[in-house]
Amino acid sequence: MRTGMLNWRNYRYGKWALLLGLFSIALYVSQGASPAQPPNGGTWQGYVLGTIGALLILWLSVLGVRKRSYSSSAGTVQGWTSAHIYLGSVLLAVATLHCAAQFGWNVHTLAYVLMCLVIFSGFYGLYVYVHLPDRVASNIVDRDRAAWLEELGKLDQRIRDVAAGSDAQLQGMVLSALELTRLGGNLFQQLRANDRSLVQEPGGGKPVSNAEQSVLIETLSRRIPDARKQSEAETLSELLSLFGRRQVILHLLRRDIRLKGLLKLWLYFHVPLTFALLAALLVHILSVFIYW
Amino acid sequence: MPLDYRIAIVGAGPAGLSVAGRAAIYDAETGASTPSYVLLEGHTTFAKTIQKYQKGKHVMDEPGFLQLRSEVPFAAGKREEILGAWDNSIGGGLNVRYNAEVVGIEGEKGNFTLRLASGDSVTAENVVLSIGTQGNPRTLGVDGDAESDFVLYTLDDPEDFKGETIVVVGAGDAAIENAIALSDFNTVYIINRRGEFSRAKDGNLNAVLAAINDRDRAFHCRYESSVAAVELPDAPGETGAIVLNTPGGEERLECHRIIARLGTVPPRRFVESCGIEIGSASADAVPDVDRHYQSNVPGLYVIGALGGYPLIKQAMNQGYDVVEFIHGKDTRPADYPLLQDQFSGLPYVMDAEDILELYQQRVPMFKRMNPLAFRELIIESRITVSLPAEELARAPQGGERSTVFVAAGEPVYRNGEFSTTFFTLVEGEVRLQLEQDGPWHQIKPGQFFGEMSLLSGRPRQGDAIVERDSILIETPRRVMVKLMNSNEEVRQGIDRVFIMRALQAAFRPAMSLEELALVADQVQTCQFAAGEVLFTEGETGDCLHLIRSGTVVLSQGGTELVVAQLHSGELAGQMALMGAPLRRNTATAAVRTETLRLGREQFLALVNSEPEHISTLQGELSQLLQYTNSMASQPEAARSIGFLMEQGMGEATNALVIDTSLCVGCDNCERACAETHDGISRLDRESGASLASLHVPVSCRHCELPHCMKDCPPDAIRRAASGEVFITESCIGCGNCETNCPYDAIKLSYSAPPKPGLWSWLLFGRGSGPGEPAGFTPTAESKDVGKKAVKCDACMGRPGGPACVRACPTGAAIRMGPDQFVELVEAR
Ligand SMILES: Cc1cc2nc3c(=O)[nH]c(=O)nc-3n(C[C@H](O)[C@H](O)[C@H](O)COP(=O)(O)OP(=O)(O)OC[C@H]3O[C@@H](n4cnc5c(N)ncnc54)[C@H](O)[C@@H]3O)c2cc1C
Ligand code: HEM
Repeated sequence: MRTGMLNWRNYRYGKWALLLGLFSIALYVSQGASPAQPPNGGTWQGYVLGTIGALLILWLSVLGVRKRSYSSSAGTVQGWTSAHIYLGSVLLAVATLHCAAQFGWNVHTLAYVLMCLVIFSGFYGLYVYVHLPDRVASNIVDRDRAAWLEELGKLDQRIRDVAAGSDAQLQGMVLSALELTRLGGNLFQQLRANDRSLVQEPGGGKPVSNAEQSVLIETLSRRIPDARKQSEAETLSELLSLFGRRQVILHLLRRDIRLKGLLKLWLYFHVPLTFALLAALLVHILSVFIYW
Repeated sequence: MPLDYRIAIVGAGPAGLSVAGRAAIYDAETGASTPSYVLLEGHTTFAKTIQKYQKGKHVMDEPGFLQLRSEVPFAAGKREEILGAWDNSIGGGLNVRYNAEVVGIEGEKGNFTLRLASGDSVTAENVVLSIGTQGNPRTLGVDGDAESDFVLYTLDDPEDFKGETIVVVGAGDAAIENAIALSDFNTVYIINRRGEFSRAKDGNLNAVLAAINDRDRAFHCRYESSVAAVELPDAPGETGAIVLNTPGGEERLECHRIIARLGTVPPRRFVESCGIEIGSASADAVPDVDRHYQSNVPGLYVIGALGGYPLIKQAMNQGYDVVEFIHGKDTRPADYPLLQDQFSGLPYVMDAEDILELYQQRVPMFKRMNPLAFRELIIESRITVSLPAEELARAPQGGERSTVFVAAGEPVYRNGEFSTTFFTLVEGEVRLQLEQDGPWHQIKPGQFFGEMSLLSGRPRQGDAIVERDSILIETPRRVMVKLMNSNEEVRQGIDRVFIMRALQAAFRPAMSLEELALVADQVQTCQFAAGEVLFTEGETGDCLHLIRSGTVVLSQGGTELVVAQLHSGELAGQMALMGAPLRRNTATAAVRTETLRLGREQFLALVNSEPEHISTLQGELSQLLQYTNSMASQPEAARSIGFLMEQGMGEATNALVIDTSLCVGCDNCERACAETHDGISRLDRESGASLASLHVPVSCRHCELPHCMKDCPPDAIRRAASGEVFITESCIGCGNCETNCPYDAIKLSYSAPPKPGLWSWLLFGRGSGPGEPAGFTPTAESKDVGKKAVKCDACMGRPGGPACVRACPTGAAIRMGPDQFVELVEAR
């Protein structure tokens, strides 16, 4: 396996995180269980765990800065990300032990929940980062998106030229299929990758769905056996193969848009939630010092 | 019959103008009533090459170390300013004749006749040829084809024309690109003499066919058509016409403009027709001239770009000096102070000109060289003197171009260092290794070394140590290449020593140099274009190849399955001579490659002289075999290497590869590149080829023999000792490197506006954020300075290494040389 984020420097930060986790558990256990002072953020152990947790959160957030400090020679972004992942995960344990699972409807628990959301969005992001790149690469088979779009453009041009030799009815349908093809759209549509392409059927009426170019492909294949003239059959079968290719390319592009969207989407949760967390954390710490 | 002029100057570029300027001063001094010289210019105005620069281009006055010596002014500045200043000089009374293309020169010193295209002729005692190297566009060859508003031979900006009917004549890349660009706003006809566009690049071929078939585009083609006549418009702004001979008969097309792109006629044929000899067939060979710029035809002088001096200032200085020489004054050339400076640290009291002569006599290979070429070689070189350590501290510190002092007993270069300079020893002694930790050889005065890296572009093999009181000439590769291209004797001299040393390094023969020379003479030098096959699997072989430059790949069971790559200094096909004669694999040149081909006889002569070395060779061979076998058993890995080689990575030394199984497409690499390089990314992550999970983005690979360094007029592209190829401040933005780079890794760009700091963006939203946006509008100042070439410098000198790699969150971006490819593909 190639060195990715997880096995960076032979799992260096995985090992660190493991040690930190064990240390936190030991600290927690050392609080004992006296009814006078139950384990929570109030013991000295709780303070230590809380301080570690807060520092971790701060440091985890600094990744956003490091990632953009392009001249920085403080380690590589890859190393930072590797540490971020492991130490971010162990934070879940550190913070839970810190609060000893005492929850309520207050700002303290809000901070905890926000932290969990950030962490779980991080888990999801990690999953995406690990699994999607291969799928992106195998989907677009060694070409870039621009190259596919170019082929699509040429294909459409060819379809227009060939369709010019067919009857007006079919030509109208073909052209409407080209025109009413939908790719991309808003974020939600991009991610669903639902084919919203339409086609105008002969005889008027509202355009109907032409998802995966199916209406066109079906119409063409149905008409080929009925073709009267050799030339008509040729036109129809060429159109059929062109639309077949079109279907493949559109499908692939839609998937590409979807996968690349997924690779970015989670950061739109992870990062804003981080800011919310930092705010809640500040309030949490201040209120503890003021009211305690 | 008295002659018309004392001096006829052909070509009113910077060189020719400078000649005229100086000749005019002589006339003024003698109070001549009619000019004693004429400046003949083929174009409608002066300095055609400079007129063709893009508008507003910043013209540089490199080389900075050279003083201008000319009556005509020149200093770095905008194209318009410089042309304006020259126009003033001409207005001040220079005798220029425009539209006077010279098509033939006959006669001899004291009596030359220059024939003009118009049929006129001019007589003169001396002729100065300063026609540059740009050549002249091939014309339509019919009446009315002279360059005018109606008939154009170049196109500066397609957007200058809108709503017109334009006929583009030609079927090459320039014609196609112009025609397509024009068809955005005009009706275009493209006239092709043949039945297809076979001369065009693939991209252009597809584009022109698409444009012709595109119904929405007013783009028409006439195949198998030639131009029969041109009808000029009656008044400016009206339409004229072009008459074509088409397969269907004559056709008249009314049009606003004709743009003919029929290629250029290089000046070589014309120059040779004047009786001037050009020593070598190579395309960039220059005519041989003496110290006074006089060619082999007495009275016929060659200066400027045509004489091999590619910069304006040099051209102008020569223009001044040549008039002095013609007037019998042996003035010291403008570069004399440079020579003095270079020789200033030498331990003798002698005039610089005499040292120059002495040194030329010391080195057998340079002895018969033309003195002007030798002078140029010295001016471009560094003179190095070795001193014992205790004296070194006391040695005077000169300027950048004065004598360099080094400590005796220390290396002038070390094994593994990237440098391609060529050393000539004029005094003292140098100890030389031909491979890492190899035996030492002695270099004596008059001998040279460093030719291995010069020819192969690979890092130095072994150390070179200079003993005390030695004097060395260190010459840049560019100068040596130019010299080898124009001087057959030097080329052969270097080749011969190269072959002998290569054989010594590879076989360690125990032979005298004379015996070795005999073997070397029988060795054949072979050249292979990328993709050409050296030998094929299954055939019987009777020779081996010692790679001199380039990369050879061995494949087994199909050329895409690469089982080994071999670089210069390594052997290919030795198996056939050392074991079974059947070739076990196919050897293909991955990039342009040169090899030394050894037959069985030469091989046996070499190895039998030193039987002890045979076991070493066999050891190496068995290692290679083990290695190829292991690769052959991993077809996926072999295919990946084959793919990388196909992308030209065989000549890379440091290339960016992206592992697509890790890449999340965040483009942080591009941003990091832009942020650390004045706002302009030098890599394009998404474009470029991919196979399996490897992607080779468009970015510089720091080639062994960088194509971009080939013809850079100010020598602005350099290679650091650690291997990075980079562009210095002296870039003049001519675009040669962009054209020469086969990997599209160089762009011409305006400088980007400075960015606000990260915090002021984060906190105050000032300016654009890090890495965004990719596009920018250049400021007026940066437009003034003009575009310059930008490329990757592998983050030379940055702590931590390349920013693109350091900024990748997932470890997908990797930089490596060919040695690490195997590790890369095997690891998956
Ligand atoms: C894009 C570009 C950018 C450059 N930028 C710079 C720069 O910034 N600084 C710099 O120092 N150098 C620069 N150079 C190089 C510089 O332009 C040349 O070195 C210089 O022009 C050479 O001068 P020349 O007089 O020898 O020849 P040219 O300038 O080429 O002049 C030759 C003249 O001879 C005329 N001619 C040709 N054949 C005939 C004939 N048969 N009869 C009559 N006339 C003829 C031509 O029309 C032309 O006017 C650049 C070159 C290019 C292409
Ligand atoms: C409270 C805990 C966490 C905080 C505050 C936090 C914060 C951040 C921040 C600020 C970024 C930078 C995003 C950007 O600038 O583009 C980031 C990126 C990231 N985080 Fe977290 N994170 C936390 C936990 C986690 C966890 C638990 C994981 C995974 C297990 C994780 C995985 C990632 C990944 C994969 C990135 C993307 C790196 C990149 O693209 O450069 N994070 N995080």
